[in-house]
Amino acid sequence: MKRMINKTPGSVLRMSLGLLPFVLLLLIYMAGSDARLELNPDDKLLPSFAQMGDAIHRMAFEPSKRTGEYLFWADTGSSLNRLGLGVVIAALIGLLLGMLTGALPMIGAGVSPLLTVISLVPPLALLPILFIVFGLGELSKVVLIAIGITPFIARDIQRRTEEIPSEQLVKAQTLGASTLQILIRVVLPQLMPKLIDAVRLSLGAGWLFLIAAEAIASTDGLGYRIFLVRRYLSMDVILPYVAWITLLAFLLDIALALLSRRLYPWNVQGGR
Amino acid sequence: MIEARNLWKRYGDNVVLERINMSVAEGEFVTMVGTSGCGKSTFLKMLLGTETPTSGELLLDGKPIPDEPGPDRGIVFQQYSVFPHMTVLENVMTAKAFARNGITGYLFGGAKRQARDEAKAMLDQVGLSQALDKYPHELSGGMKQRLAIAQALLGKPRILLLDEPFGALDPGIRADMHELVLNLWHEHKLTVFMVTHDLKEGFYLGTRLWVFDKLRQDPQAPNAYGASITYDLPVGKLDRATYEEIDDNLRPVAQLA
Repeated sequence: MKRMINKTPGSVLRMSLGLLPFVLLLLIYMAGSDARLELNPDDKLLPSFAQMGDAIHRMAFEPSKRTGEYLFWADTGSSLNRLGLGVVIAALIGLLLGMLTGALPMIGAGVSPLLTVISLVPPLALLPILFIVFGLGELSKVVLIAIGITPFIARDIQRRTEEIPSEQLVKAQTLGASTLQILIRVVLPQLMPKLIDAVRLSLGAGWLFLIAAEAIASTDGLGYRIFLVRRYLSMDVILPYVAWITLLAFLLDIALALLSRRLYPWNVQGGR
Repeated sequence: MIEARNLWKRYGDNVVLERINMSVAEGEFVTMVGTSGCGKSTFLKMLLGTETPTSGELLLDGKPIPDEPGPDRGIVFQQYSVFPHMTVLENVMTAKAFARNGITGYLFGGAKRQARDEAKAMLDQVGLSQALDKYPHELSGGMKQRLAIAQALLGKPRILLLDEPFGALDPGIRADMHELVLNLWHEHKLTVFMVTHDLKEGFYLGTRLWVFDKLRQDPQAPNAYGASITYDLPVGKLDRATYEEIDDNLRPVAQLA
């Protein structure tokens, strides 16, 4: 009898073991939903898949009676817009800060302690300040996402920069490279796949800040919608929205991983 | 060309090198051997400019060696010498790009074509013309070192520093690399300093062999005295007895370390 620790599943078994919990969860949900709807056809807590399908059809393929928009797509568009903008800004600032503090000890000495302290501030606690300073519009939501994940990205990139073997930096100098040339040709290109990794890791936090900001002050967006329909206990809308957000997060992650592998084939262990 | 006058290197109480006096003429090939931790690598780093002498002088053409690496002194490390994000050809072309005083370190137009031709010629010399578009992680250890050498040479250094360049290679490949280095040394009229822990390598490669060892030992305080150059021998006139003698001197300490 082989020890448990040495047993590995084959590819088919691995796949079915992976799918099993999903199937089980679905079955449990369906059983629960059926049982409750049997007792009370107006029950809202565990809607059937047909009810959810109707709700999403209403949201996604019929124009809203009030505004004429297709709410599902409008929500998705404005949420992705905010998230994308916030993440891109955070990535750019984080990359620059991380690279400079990691590669230039003089700048690192000046900025690293500040960066450490800032990264400890809970971003959601800053949200009221952002609303006061930037108003309730788009800007404060984007800024919240950017502020929330920039310190993480900056510190991760700083570490990655310090991990670049000093031999490479010395080698570049013996070939006559200036500081700027080393940053642009040796350090920056090697950080790009690390930046994609850092963005992938920070997207979860990005979604959190997005939905929090939309829940508190917004007029559209995925987070706004689920908090709005909560008043009517519209689980038939909330559940599909949550599934949709999860799917979007999953697709974004996969897309970034593929991009990294495509653009940086030399980054052997990356993009996975 | 290179001269050391009463050179010392200490880290706090720990004396690494003491009383180093030597002078090396242009075109010599110096091999440095010694036990691990004897300071031969530290000495190489001082030539490179990443370490500075604690006292004494280390002169290049009568002037102190700058305290940062520069284009007159090329280096090949045991590993991490090449840029992993560039193909073989780009790695070598970059040497040309860095030599120009551009802002970005990228090459354009005619300069790029010229650099490509020179890089190809150099890669041909080291036997890498079949691997121009490969990334370093796709190369074997020996090929990586060939690349690192090609890269260093295209920077047209006067002095080539080799820090255990073949330490991680198989013996058969090592022999090929020796031949390559000797050829390039002749052809480019370099002054070479090579650190190795393989005494045999030092005995037939190059023109001069230095052995780093401690002349004084204090068993109570092993770090109180530093190593100096205990043998400075012309290569080629060495006999078996000398080899055995040096080998005996180095070995017991090597086993303790």
